[in-house]
Amino acid sequence: MSRELEEEVGTAGLPTGDLTLGQHVGSGEVPRYRGGSRTPGWDDAVDLTKDPATIPDPSTCHVPEDLRAEIEAHMAKYPDTRSAAIPALMAAQKRHVWCTPEAIEQVACVMRLTPGYLVAVAGFYDMLETRPVGRHKVYVCTNISCSLRGADDLMDRVVEEIGDDPDFNVRSFECLGACDIAPMISVDDVYVGPVALEDVPTMVAQIRAGDEVLPEQQIIRRKSVDPNAVST
Amino acid sequence: MSSAILFKDIDQPGLNTLAVYRERGGYGDVLRKGLSMPREALVTELVNSGLRGRGGAGFSMGKKASFMPKGTMDKYLVCNADESEPGTFKDRELMTKSPHMLIEGMILGAYAAGATRAFIYIRGEYAQMADILDDAVAEAYDAGLLGNNILGTDHSLELAVHRGAGAYICGEETALLDSLEGKRGNPRLKPPFPANQGLYQGPTLINNVETLATIPHVLGMGADEYAKIGVENSTGTKLISVSGHVKRPGNYEIELGMSARDIIYGLCGGIEGDLEVKLWFPGGSSSPVLTKDDLDLAYDFDTLAKAGSMLGSGAIIVVDEETSVVDVCLKLAKFYKHESCGKCTPCREGTQWTVKMLERIKSGQATPMDLDIMASVQEQITGHCLCVLGDAMAMPVGSMIAKFRPEFEAYIEEARQRSDAELIASLDAPNEAPLVGSLV
Ligand SMILES: Cc1cc2nc3c(=O)[nH]c(=O)nc-3n(C[C@H](O)[C@H](O)[C@H](O)COP(=O)(O)O)c2cc1C
Ligand code: SF4
Ligand code: FES
Repeated sequence: MSRELEEEVGTAGLPTGDLTLGQHVGSGEVPRYRGGSRTPGWDDAVDLTKDPATIPDPSTCHVPEDLRAEIEAHMAKYPDTRSAAIPALMAAQKRHVWCTPEAIEQVACVMRLTPGYLVAVAGFYDMLETRPVGRHKVYVCTNISCSLRGADDLMDRVVEEIGDDPDFNVRSFECLGACDIAPMISVDDVYVGPVALEDVPTMVAQIRAGDEVLPEQQIIRRKSVDPNAVST
Repeated sequence: MSSAILFKDIDQPGLNTLAVYRERGGYGDVLRKGLSMPREALVTELVNSGLRGRGGAGFSMGKKASFMPKGTMDKYLVCNADESEPGTFKDRELMTKSPHMLIEGMILGAYAAGATRAFIYIRGEYAQMADILDDAVAEAYDAGLLGNNILGTDHSLELAVHRGAGAYICGEETALLDSLEGKRGNPRLKPPFPANQGLYQGPTLINNVETLATIPHVLGMGADEYAKIGVENSTGTKLISVSGHVKRPGNYEIELGMSARDIIYGLCGGIEGDLEVKLWFPGGSSSPVLTKDDLDLAYDFDTLAKAGSMLGSGAIIVVDEETSVVDVCLKLAKFYKHESCGKCTPCREGTQWTVKMLERIKSGQATPMDLDIMASVQEQITGHCLCVLGDAMAMPVGSMIAKFRPEFEAYIEEARQRSDAELIASLDAPNEAPLVGSLV
């Protein structure tokens, strides 16, 4: 597995040299390898002569203390610790931005499961990313109710505004359960809507600056009962 | 709105905190009364109230609780807060604004089921809502409302919030159980039903958020009083989520049996731009569509079933006359194709082919005969799948083809002419090299 960064690095600010695990966590820069990936060799072909990975050995697999504590806390909630698979993968993903091989290995080590099992679980769920993605989740709902209110144009506009910024993970998503604010977007788990096309530049600027996103349009501030709603 | 029960105090500031919830009468006499009743009496009360499941299938809540075996094995209560049916967003509102109502309902529900462990399976996208629930659960533990010997009774309950990670199929109860066990969310073969063999092989009662949150109210007003609300076989109030082309999309609490017209034109203020309704889904995207001729139907379980559709999760999606039925159909089919877990062939392949055929219609490559093929694919899916996700696409798609066939045919013809014209134009154009390319 090659640990070298791509030789010709076009983008300024990319770190050079070898990377140690977890180094990028919390810092603004996300290191990149060949193909824009954040994990060396992530797209290398599978070596078919090798046996599947077994449960990682705790003496050789380094798991950051806080991540281990978080996963163990999840495991303690259930009669069967395997139930913590999804929350544990989520926790690891939060740290590594996506389910990198290291992330999977760390979860596997703490939960005493094989990496293969966890990859299979991660592959099933939409929110667990098994490929390199950017750190800011922008889920644009393009299901029926939102698309009836212009979600497809909104999606195009968001993609246009964000361009190929690798720090974003823009996806069109199935119904997010907030069709009352259609067309809506979930920005790093914060629901906002209705989002007009004109709101998009502001929204993207707010995400880039780390500010609260469209505060007035957040679902958390919406009243449940519309005072104008009277039955005839 | 006169019929507010679940939504009575919903916009009360701070209702999500224990203090305000208590001020409004929560965790009081009703809970005490419930926990002091014999378990069977509580179940009977639920049966008599006529309360039907609010998650989709509409099965009697009390009956389901009565299927839970007696005995000392570990039993579980699971709250289905996956809420991924397109158009549905009522559980979100309840959990964000009044999480303690759900917890109180779960304490009583668990008691009725004889369960001592409970989980709320909430969809991963609802991270904000899950945080609110987590806080509420912690508050309830601190106040001795969860944990051992609740309110000094013999009843104990451990409650944990479990976050999913994005999969519609995990709303299906057996897939939910697998997912909760830390696996891929594939549905299980039934029987055994969860009441016999559910979570960790133990007897498990699974109910929707709204169903469980209603329990304290049933108990508070008494089953007989509760059963007086609504109509026969559809008692009580229902939270409905209305979305699409209405002027005031949102959640509303209605008395079951209200007419759809009153909902859409009364509560929701009519259609955007004062257009006509072309079609509406009465119970989420999985319900067969109805048209503007059906607007005077009473909104209750039996009437909608008789009209060939269903109340489902209570999510009304309204589509105006200017929207193409083909677009709606394609959106819908794509959703089910994406969410099919792939375990059984009719659903996995049927959803794929339906999308392919609809895309062919859109690109002008289809003939009217394809419509028949598509309709027959829907028939082959219906009733032939392991869970009802397959049917959930086949029924609405089938109903759209049946009810809007002329529109589909006109669309096919129009798209075909358009694509033919484009092909001819490209043939006529001088020095157009990619002729071969356009044919493959
Ligand atoms: C594909 C599929 C998705 C479902 N999604 C949900 C859901 O998101 N929420 C829910 O409460 N029930 C959902 N259900 C229904 C559940 O299987 C189950 O019937 C329900 O949770 C039972 O609760 P109730 O009796 O209180 O309605 C779904 C069913 C299917 C087949
Ligand atoms: S019907 Fe579809 S979702 Fe259900 S088990 Fe079969 S393939 Fe999976
Ligand atoms: S369709 Fe977009 S939130 Fe439901």
